[in-house]
Amino acid sequence: MMIDTSTAAPSAMPPAPPRSWSTLVLFAFLLLLVAASFATLPIPWSAFLTLESINNMAEFLAGFAPPDVSAPFLTKTAIAAGETLAMSALGTLIAVGIGLALALPGAGRWGRAPRAVVRGVLNVLRSIPELVWASITLIAVGLGPFGGTLALAAHTSGVLGRLFSDSLENVAPLPEQSLRTNGASPLAAFFYATLPQTLPQMMSYTLYRWENNIRAAAILGVVGAGGLGQMLKYHLSLFQMQQSATVIVAMLLMVALVDAISFALRRLLTH
Amino acid sequence: MSVSSKPQAATQAAGPNDGLTYSLRGLTVRHLAAAQAPALHDIDLSIAPGEQLALIGPSGAGKTTLLATLACAHRPASGELRVFGDDPWALSEAARHRLRARLFLAPQTPPLPPRQRVVTAVLAANLPHWSLWRALVSLFKPADPAAAYRALERFNLGSKLYARVDRLSGGERQRCGLARLLLSSAQSLLVDEPLSALDPALSELTLVALRQEARERHATLVCSLHQVDLALAHFPRIVALKDGRIVFDLPREQVTPEMIATLYQGETAAAAPAPAGIAEPVLNVSVCH
Amino acid sequence: MRSSNIDGALAELPPALRADPAWRGRLTLTALAVLVLWPMLVASEFKPWLLFDWQSLSSTAHFLAGFVPPAHTPDFLALLLRETWQTVAIATAGLTLALLGAIPATLIVTERLSISRLGTGRMRWISAIIRQCVRWLLVLLRSVPELVWALLLVRIIGLGPAAGVLAIALTYCGMLGKVYAEILESSEAHASDALLVNGAGRLTALLYGALPEAASELVSYTAYRWECAIRGSVVMGFVGAGGLGQRMDESLRNMDGGEVSSMLIVFVLLVLAADVVSRMLRKRLA
Repeated sequence: MMIDTSTAAPSAMPPAPPRSWSTLVLFAFLLLLVAASFATLPIPWSAFLTLESINNMAEFLAGFAPPDVSAPFLTKTAIAAGETLAMSALGTLIAVGIGLALALPGAGRWGRAPRAVVRGVLNVLRSIPELVWASITLIAVGLGPFGGTLALAAHTSGVLGRLFSDSLENVAPLPEQSLRTNGASPLAAFFYATLPQTLPQMMSYTLYRWENNIRAAAILGVVGAGGLGQMLKYHLSLFQMQQSATVIVAMLLMVALVDAISFALRRLLTH
Repeated sequence: MSVSSKPQAATQAAGPNDGLTYSLRGLTVRHLAAAQAPALHDIDLSIAPGEQLALIGPSGAGKTTLLATLACAHRPASGELRVFGDDPWALSEAARHRLRARLFLAPQTPPLPPRQRVVTAVLAANLPHWSLWRALVSLFKPADPAAAYRALERFNLGSKLYARVDRLSGGERQRCGLARLLLSSAQSLLVDEPLSALDPALSELTLVALRQEARERHATLVCSLHQVDLALAHFPRIVALKDGRIVFDLPREQVTPEMIATLYQGETAAAAPAPAGIAEPVLNVSVCH
Repeated sequence: MRSSNIDGALAELPPALRADPAWRGRLTLTALAVLVLWPMLVASEFKPWLLFDWQSLSSTAHFLAGFVPPAHTPDFLALLLRETWQTVAIATAGLTLALLGAIPATLIVTERLSISRLGTGRMRWISAIIRQCVRWLLVLLRSVPELVWALLLVRIIGLGPAAGVLAIALTYCGMLGKVYAEILESSEAHASDALLVNGAGRLTALLYGALPEAASELVSYTAYRWECAIRGSVVMGFVGAGGLGQRMDESLRNMDGGEVSSMLIVFVLLVLAADVVSRMLRKRLA
């Protein structure tokens, strides 16, 4: 049976919602940015697509195989890998100490002005990339992994300090307040009530940064901080492709190892 | 309609050495956040050492604020407050903090970090007396697990000594917070709603343990309760708050069902007067939430 | 104070609770940490006294003294502006190329868009293999640090921004592909499933089903990566991939503190500006 709609009042179709011009402008701006980037970069795109350049590239890549696996070279690589690992771990550890120390003022516990100052310092620390820090620290302590450790520590303390401060700001205040109300000293209340709450998250951040730092440590050698990076630059500059390949594989293995350890530790913490 | 009557003892002006634990005169306390309506108006209260009293009243009456004020956690806006004879807010910061070590406030929500173990959380009662080094060492290896065990056993929680706080039920966590109270050495015990997550048998056990502890230490005990029947059964003195004012402050024998009903009037679960006489402590007043 | 004779007191506890169950573990962990710390200090040549060595202190002081005043001649500032733009251009171009690679990769890798799994819950084995291979390719692309890619590319195609652009394109393709797939997998499957079951193609199911919900996260992550790319392209300049980094490397080699400090200032400002722009983009587009 047909439904009789003749008596229903005809309703007008609702008007289309107005177009958002600001989003369109934003999209246009983005496209302009991309186009301008490609236009102004002095890259000979067509040169890449010639047969000759592709052949060159293939030849170059072929030179990597087989990687050099002779015992003396592997030993050298292993030692360099140990240097890199130590650099990354120690740098992260030092950064944790500095980060914790700066987290208290950074979370506003000493007032608004110290918080602003500390946050500014942390921003500067983390804006400067590890490589730039390394250029400075290597002048201060000479070439070698120590400079790399310091550079990693400097950059990472900015990152961790900021993350730790945010953690502290978001912690539930009741346990600490309660201990302080009942007469505990501020520091003791912090260690008994606040730190246990934030510790798992802080350790998780630290492990994530370690994963990042092992990659950073591997390449700090390029500016002279020892380890695998220095080996890579050396062998690449001499066009010793097979040795370079070994070093790159060692880097990949190191990164995979640290990623795995970090994953396992993080699982352990949050079980 | 407020029925204001004070116990016979403390009507004369109290000097600094009259031995009272607490002396409040004309105290007004504002909410921390908004400075509009005061949380407590014109409070007059005197508590002698060793007294045990229950704080009752509808939600929002100001019981928690009063306990916080007695714990020197909340500064009054006006009026006179004396704790152990001194005005705590006229003292230096250090002296006031030492005073706080003699008071213990147990909040309604157990103030325990979720991933901490029960033994450490309970032993934190000793923090006012431990040096920082001893406190840090105890985090690593608990200094006196037997003491924590004894305190927990009084609430039937001894087996949970090494369990993690977030693995306990709500009621168990609440009792843990009270076990911390047992381990402290405070002379004034301020307890906010200790029974909200406990069944009737455990509620009895808890109140008995708290009162016994207060008696052994000759400490004052101020306990806020929603369960009026338990308050009347266990506490010799009842102080009723409504809208930030003390409505009555009487020995329990003088509290009538009509007074309770008027107090909780306006709450959804209103009272039916007890059929028996005044001596009957158990009323038909449902717990007002 | 309630401290009693500890040993006597422990005897009160029931046998099961006499020993702290966590004690052994904590002791072992501490011992392990100490055991591992020493070789680490040795391997990384940890000599903190070097920081206070007179000669190094004086050379650092000399170097840092050159930082003030930062170089500000008009020529140099114009140069800085050009290099900064080049850095931004390298990052933008690299990210665009990465997107061109990551979007198809995501479409392949996302199990959500698998048509062969509809109805049975299991994919055709060949689809599974293809998916796994593409995943491994993405892992390879992002495991090699971008600086290593830059080093290699500089050897192949010479110094200049091309190496930087390609290095970013390759690494970020891997990163974006992985994270896009994760974002799509973690969003609700219901909408896209329904479209696929009713016969829509993969791309349309993505656009109409999964994207509306996941779009804000995807855009947010891409904006964040753009910010990282800017920092990365400065770093890659150190091995000759153009932009601010290459100029900074030259100035550092000449020990010209003034130039280095003004470049550092520009860099910090650039990172700040990128952060602001990226946040604005995230708010508007997401």
